[in-house]
Amino acid sequence: MDRIPILRLGDCLIVAIQVDMHDRLALALQDDLTARIVKDSAKGVLIDISSLDIVDSFIGRMISNTAAMATVLDAQTVVVGMQPSVAITLVELGLTLDGVRTALNVERGMALLKQRRR
Amino acid sequence: MDQTGVAVTSSQEIGLRSDQEIVRLRQLVRDQAVAQGFSLVDQTKFVTAASELARNTLIYGGGGDAQLSTLVNGMRKGLRLRFIDQGAGIADIERALQDGFTSGSGLGLGLGGARRLSDEFEIQSEPGKGTTVTITKWKLR
Repeated sequence: MDRIPILRLGDCLIVAIQVDMHDRLALALQDDLTARIVKDSAKGVLIDISSLDIVDSFIGRMISNTAAMATVLDAQTVVVGMQPSVAITLVELGLTLDGVRTALNVERGMALLKQRRR
Repeated sequence: MDQTGVAVTSSQEIGLRSDQEIVRLRQLVRDQAVAQGFSLVDQTKFVTAASELARNTLIYGGGGDAQLSTLVNGMRKGLRLRFIDQGAGIADIERALQDGFTSGSGLGLGLGGARRLSDEFEIQSEPGKGTTVTITKWKLR
């Protein structure tokens, strides 16, 4: 099965979701990310969703759950690059991504992760 | 053309039997929404609604079909999506439409969310016989 690549930069993990994910791929990413947090002793996870042109409740839940799991594993999660049309749709759908930190782009997301580690 | 003046200009059917077919449906709906001249926000809303309902059809309906139609009503262009399954059906539709209600493991946002993201929403269901959900979105002029 396809896998979404996870990159490591210092003590952060970086994921750029660039395909229209089917549900099993989203779940596989959640498993892979939690496994990598432990394996690499990662302190931060950055998920770039700038290529996603929709986020439905399933993917939204995957993102929320991943952030919650990361917190339990002592890592911070930040989601970056959400398209404005996706933000509008998410709120109307009723999804608020509780507990998920967001930033406008990768640069700001990395800065947020760094700042929160001090 | 029906009594309301809405004419169907094209129609296609897509099977919904795996999560990969949900992805395929999303792409088809996106293509049609672009072709109809929907704004980016409206494209995104309709594709998201389609994704929610397609997943319901797959998970709760045990798979089914989607019919995607392009519509015209005078000068107005629109898209209609109908999801049909022969699954267990919904006993209490009012309750199923409430946010947070789910009989499965989801968030319970699918039906209510799809209704909010569409201009028209219709649901028919009979326990033991299946469910049909129809959503329509019109291009803003």
